[in-house]
Amino acid sequence: MPDTPLTSTSLPLQDRSPSQPVRFRGGGFTVKGHRWAALLAFVVLIAVWESTNRFGLVSELFLPPPSAVASALAAMAQDGSLWQHLKASLMRIGVGWVMGTVAGMAVGFAMGIGSVARAVGVPLVSAFFPIPKIALLPLFILWFGIGEPSKFATIGFGVFFPTVIATYSAIDSVPRNLIRMAQSFGLPWASILRKIVLPGALPGILAGFRITASIALILVVAAEMIGAEYGIGAFVLTAGNLMLTDQLLAGVLVLSLLGLSIGTVLSILERRLLKWR
Amino acid sequence: MRLIIKDLCHRYDDLVVLDGIDLTVQEGEVLAVIGPSGCGKSTLLGIAGGIVAPTSGTIAVAGEVPDGCLNPITFIFQDFALLPWRSVEDNLSLVLEHHPLSAAERRERIESGLRRMGLWDFRKALPKQLSGGMRQRVGIARALAVRPAMLLLDEPLSALDAQTRELLMEDFLSLWQRERTTALYVTHNLDEALRLADRVVVLSRRPGRLREIVTIEEPRDQRLEPSAQAHLAEVRDRLWHLIRAEAQLADREIADA
Ligand SMILES: Nc1ncnc2c1ncn2[C@@H]1O[C@H](COP(=O)(O)OP(=O)(O)OP(=O)(O)O)[C@@H](O)[C@H]1O
Ligand SMILES: [Mg+2]
Repeated sequence: MPDTPLTSTSLPLQDRSPSQPVRFRGGGFTVKGHRWAALLAFVVLIAVWESTNRFGLVSELFLPPPSAVASALAAMAQDGSLWQHLKASLMRIGVGWVMGTVAGMAVGFAMGIGSVARAVGVPLVSAFFPIPKIALLPLFILWFGIGEPSKFATIGFGVFFPTVIATYSAIDSVPRNLIRMAQSFGLPWASILRKIVLPGALPGILAGFRITASIALILVVAAEMIGAEYGIGAFVLTAGNLMLTDQLLAGVLVLSLLGLSIGTVLSILERRLLKWR
Repeated sequence: MRLIIKDLCHRYDDLVVLDGIDLTVQEGEVLAVIGPSGCGKSTLLGIAGGIVAPTSGTIAVAGEVPDGCLNPITFIFQDFALLPWRSVEDNLSLVLEHHPLSAAERRERIESGLRRMGLWDFRKALPKQLSGGMRQRVGIARALAVRPAMLLLDEPLSALDAQTRELLMEDFLSLWQRERTTALYVTHNLDEALRLADRVVVLSRRPGRLREIVTIEEPRDQRLEPSAQAHLAEVRDRLWHLIRAEAQLADREIADA
């Protein structure tokens, strides 16, 4: 038999075996966007909720229908009480959050770059961080009085520790090679801090803001439930005591919207500041 | 500029990394350093550039620095070390901002660095938008912007694919043709050493000791000529012979650990 050269002429031999299509098996396990699904689910939920009341399945006291909640909210907006409560809560969140954040970032920075601060700080933070801050409110009231300062302190204290942790771990996550690079080009210490460490830590710090904002929201409601005339928390508590469940839910709705808008603001901030990622 | 290393030893805690290194990088010379993984090449470079403090021994420089030199000993990094939040031109600006330069001079340095590396059209881009090769070109342009007297290159091409590596080697060749900047060039890659270096230092496995210094006689711009191949092949064999056993042992060591 002559040597057959190994070229395409020897291939048809294999072509005689029956062919089979390759079956697709790569489906699933990927999440695709469904633009209208969330909205639809929302509408359905509201509709079901509304109809349970319309058909008398649930008493209005236990679960007021969405329409009742909406009209309670509208009434609040009209008589101006909504804005009064909102303003009080926002002010407390704002002052408390800024205080806790500024102090937390300062301490976090010190712990991020100073060995002594780290050695002293880590055990202290680990000890204080798990305390439910609301448990300290009575103590703060004792120290600062029943007025605003004790509420600022509760929120500020609650915001402080997560900010410290987020800040120093964000600084730890700044790539060392960038700092070495800056040093090798002779950048002074302060410039390295400002131009490398701070922007490098920013993603982590902003992620911390998301957590501390929700903590502030929880604590403001809790603090307002103890001795406050105005504030969404105070309003919800009063409504609950008077069994005005439609108003109660209106207050809860306001809180949810407040949380959503804070989240949105932070998202915009992240998109602006972290375009480079 | 010359770099004189005398009796250098370095330990990380109990791990002896470099032992008794005596080495002089001559004015205008490109000195390649090869050696097995973990033998202390990066450490050597860090010490030479003053960002790692040696356990013992001395490092000194001597000789002229070029006009307008802002940072005599300048690194080019394996991972480029670009700030991801700064555009290409701002990455160059970073290393100039702390020097008392006029705005015009700073702009001029940035522009000439970018133009030389073919990056001018990309000056507004962010690092993430660039290919690996372009990113390393930014690293090179940044180094050029400070008019260095000596370049320390830590495996500058090992994060790049073979074709890009080839292109960047050409960039380095034309750089050394024009500037004759002294360079200490760490690499794993024999071909890079053979293309770019005047002399090749072979380090032993950890603790890194000087095993041998091999001189490549062929002028850099003639190394692709057919007439150069015999000599280069000889040097290559010699280098490979020197590092093969060391690399094998180092390889086992890491596998055991
Ligand atoms: N900061 C450090 N602390 C402790 N050990 C280190 C440190 N840096 C490097 N080492 C160790 O010292 C040894 C030499 O490291 P070095 O990075 O200088 O080696 P290298 O020759 O550059 O290696 P490679 O070829 O992998 O880049 C390695 O074993 C490494 O693990
Ligand atoms: Mg290395």
